Parts: sequence; C-alpha cells; structure tokens
Amino acid sequence: MIEGATWRRWVFYNIPLILFVFVLLFPFYWMIITTFRPDGELYKPWNSVNYMPFWTNNPTFEHILYLFEETSFARWMFNTMFIALVSTLISLFCGVLAGYALARLNFPYAGGLGTAIFITYLVPQTLLFIPLAEIIRNFQLGDTPWALILTYPTFLIPFCTWLMMGYFKAIPKELEECARIDGASRWKAMVYIIIPVAVPGILSSGIIAFTLSWNEFIYALVFLSSPDQKTVPVGVTSELIRGDVFFWGPLMAGALLGSIPVAIVYSFFVEHYVSGLTGSVKG
Amino acid sequence: MAVTAVSGVGARPVPRLRRLEDERWLAMALLLPTAVLLGLFIAYPFFEGVLLSLKSTRVGQPGEFIGLKNFEKIWNDSIFRTTVWNTFWYTGVTTVFKLALGLWLAILLNRHFRGKALIRAFILLPFIIPTVLSTFAWKWMFDPTFSVINWTLFQLGIITQRINWLGDPDLAMTSIIIINIWRGVPFFAITLLAGLQTISPELHEAAAIDGARPWQRFWHVTWPLLMPVTLVVVLFSVIQTFADFQLVYVMTGGGPANATHLFATYAYQLGIGTGLLSEGAAISLAMFPFLFIIVVVQLLYIRRVETR
Repeated sequence: MIEGATWRRWVFYNIPLILFVFVLLFPFYWMIITTFRPDGELYKPWNSVNYMPFWTNNPTFEHILYLFEETSFARWMFNTMFIALVSTLISLFCGVLAGYALARLNFPYAGGLGTAIFITYLVPQTLLFIPLAEIIRNFQLGDTPWALILTYPTFLIPFCTWLMMGYFKAIPKELEECARIDGASRWKAMVYIIIPVAVPGILSSGIIAFTLSWNEFIYALVFLSSPDQKTVPVGVTSELIRGDVFFWGPLMAGALLGSIPVAIVYSFFVEHYVSGLTGSVKG
Repeated sequence: MAVTAVSGVGARPVPRLRRLEDERWLAMALLLPTAVLLGLFIAYPFFEGVLLSLKSTRVGQPGEFIGLKNFEKIWNDSIFRTTVWNTFWYTGVTTVFKLALGLWLAILLNRHFRGKALIRAFILLPFIIPTVLSTFAWKWMFDPTFSVINWTLFQLGIITQRINWLGDPDLAMTSIIIINIWRGVPFFAITLLAGLQTISPELHEAAAIDGARPWQRFWHVTWPLLMPVTLVVVLFSVIQTFADFQLVYVMTGGGPANATHLFATYAYQLGIGTGLLSEGAAISLAMFPFLFIIVVVQLLYIRRVETR
C-alpha cells in the first residue's frame, strides 16, 4: 500500500486502530480493576464527587479470598479443566480418524457423509438442549461430568473433522504411496506417515476445541445441578448472584480467574489458534 | 496388496487387520466412533425433540400426544412473536455491524507495522474468553447505579440523568447488540484478514496504474476477491447469533417484561424454568426451519460465487 504523509497515516490508520484496541480490551481492564477494588469503592454512585473509576489506591485480595473460602470455585476450575481436556481428547481422536477417512479414502457415500458432518457442524446447542436433557437423565448421566464429556463432542467433532479434512487434503498422495510400496499397511501408513505430518492441524483443532468447551454454557447449565459439579461459567452465574443481589467483586474475580487458563493456552499457541480459525472458514 | 483382501473373500475368513487394507472397511472403522457419538447425541435427541414437541409433557408428567397444539399455542403467543422479531433484529443488526467493523479492522491490520503480531493476539481476546465471563464485565459496566459508561458520559457533559441501560426494553436490546458486536468483530477481522492476505498486491498495483482510486480498488478488486471467505464467515456468525443464549441469559434473562427474549432464552424459560418441556422443545425446534433456510440459501450462494 502506498503510504501518505504522517498525519494521514495517523488519521486513517493509527487512531482508528488505537480506538479498536481500546474498546476491545476495556472490559478486561474493567474486570481486573474491579477484582482488586474494595467494596467501599465499588458501590459508590456514578455521579458522586471524588469518584475515581479507573484506578484504585487501596487494592485488595478480599474478593479472590471470598471465592476460594466461601464458594467451591477451585472445584469449578478443576471440573471445567477436566471436562474440557477429556472432551477435547475424545473429539480429536474421532475427528482425526473421520477427517482422514473423508479426505483420503475412496468409499461409497463419502461426499454425502462429508456434507452430513458439515450440517452437524452448523447445529447449534440451543436447538437440542431440552430433549438432550431428558436423554441424559434416562442414561443416568445427569449431574455427573460425563453428561458434558459425552455431549461436548457433538459440536467439537464436526469442527475437528472439518478442519482436519482441510489439512489432510493438503498432504500429497505420493507420501502415502511411497510408504505403501515399502510394504506399510494402510493403517500403518496413516498412523506413522500421514498423522505426524498433520500435527499442526491437530494442535489447531485441539486448542480451539479446548476454548470452545471452556466457553460452553447451556448444556452445563441444564445438565448439572449440585454446586460441586458445576463448571466455572455456570458456578459464577448461579452461586454469586443471590436473588437480585450481585456480588460484583467476587463475580469479577471469578470471571478474571476463570479466563486465565484459556488465555494461557491461547497465548502459547496463538499462531495455531489463528490458523485453525482461518482454516475453519475455508469452504 | 489391496487385492489380497478382495480375493480372500469366500476362500476363508479374512483376518481383521487384513480387512483394514480394504478402503471401504477402513473408512467404516475410522468413521464408527464419530457416527456413534453424533448419532446418540444429535440424531437421537433431534428425533426425541420432534416427538416431545408433539406431546404435552411437563416435568414429572409424561403427557400424551396432542399433535401440533404446542405450535398452535406458541404461534398465538405474543411473547413468542416478540421473540421471533427480536431474533431477526438481533441477528441482522449485529451481522451488518460485525461485517463492516471487522472488515475495517482487517484492513487496518493488513499492513506492516511494529507490534502487529502482538496487537493481533490481543484483539482476539474478546472472542476466546468465555462469553459468560466477559458478559458479566459488560453487565457491571451497564449497571444502572454504578455504570462506568454513565460516569464517562456524565463527565463529558453529554448526560445529566443516569441512563438505565438494562431497564428499558429498547435500550436493553441495544446493549445486548453492542456486546454481541464487541465479541464478534475479532472473529470477522482475523478471518477476513487471512482472506485479504491471499489477494496479491500486484492486482492493486495494476489497478492503481490504470488510475483506480483507493475506493474503486477496494470495491472492484478487494471486495469481489474476498467474497467467498466473507460468505462463509457470515454463515457461521449468523447461525451462532440466531441461536445465541448466553449473552441474553446473563444480561437480561429475557427481560424487562420478556422484551429481549431470543428463541433459545424463551425456550429455556418455558422448558427448564417453568417445566413445560414440550412447549420449550417446540420453541427450540421452531428455530430449525429458519436455520435450515439460512444454511441452504447461503450454501447455494457460496457455490454460485465459487463457480463464477
């Protein structure tokens, strides 16, 4: 792009970009500042004098301590982590195998099955949660982590499969044929030759699947009931609001701490995340 | 080698591993786990959901077959009509803004400058942080008494009275729309940026040499080439937004006075909140024809654009 004078660059590029970044990140700043602000400062009316909303001189850990002492927050973190990890592993296992079959094997109805996977990719969780709740109850899975571990793959597998198909299609056929000529079985060629080449794709799908299951809400809200079984988003919603009273300090502390695992995983694998995201919209 | 599996048929039973040499058997084995999970937790619940919507089941009452009465009932329900209107309004407005702002942000990022990787990593945060958690931050920012937004507007001299963001039906809907746009823009920006990067700069240079103004270059070069990616991004976003639940559940719970319900929140309120399982299932399923039409129209359009 042909760059103009400095002032034009500021007006047309830098200032809009700074505004975008500010608006996109401000709620997180607000989360952090609320977490460390004492209650006395939090509940000051918005038009009172000497109100200093963007900073605090009396940082406190009382809200974080409240979370760990008065609620089962640590337990929710563990539940969410466990459910997200196991459902991600299940979905990766299924998605890699199915993606390989759909992208690299010739068999009847391959095209139809590919379309079916794409359609399930587009089924939102909110379409099926009521009948699914009944089914979970009939299977005696209600209020256990397995209710979520087994249902999260329904939206993760189609996604992983779709993404892996893209990666598998990009690997040249010759690679597999060489191995087959050297005497490897189809199974061995897949496990030892093709899947190792597709590791970046597996990482991408895994990270996105992990963030998606950490984000899931409606199934966790409907399928779990006892406080000790809940995930972070549901626990924060149901245990830190009593009637009309919002415990804003602990709420924001919970939101902040609950976001940290996802943020850490994301920060280590930004490039994989982005390539997965952009790969997922390639038709 | 692949022949052995075929010629073995009839002579003697084929060993299991040998059978995997046949592409059809291998494909079937590889697809089995996926088929079982999706069958059990998507196809079966869908079937059950249709049955449930035709009965009069409540919590603790199996109910009986009543045909289309539930659908008749929701059709005449004024809250349901508001819900349908809300869902379309919410989806339409947010999609237009997410596309426009996302494209703008993508164009801003499609240059070389210092700290680009860092900025790109940071702007995706609204999209990766769990929606419920970031929505709580917004709810706190929109709090009627302690709103930081009101404080800022007051300090700037724009308002003298507080704005009750979530207490007024129209303002509540606007607040929800703002948050959805905030969460969706990064997704649009990053995916459209990837699309922009596949467009060769030479095309722009050629157009510039032919005398095209920047706006003309965008409209006649960038936009048509970006179309296939844009359509898929819009498809995903429209479906997610149409079926949204978390944001409205946290911000308003469908209130004030049932004015901000979407399909999913109203289905939740009736099905889980009040225990009218069949009516809830009917409302959820009422989404299906709309989603189906959206998907079919978009897929046809994508195919037309791609084969052009």
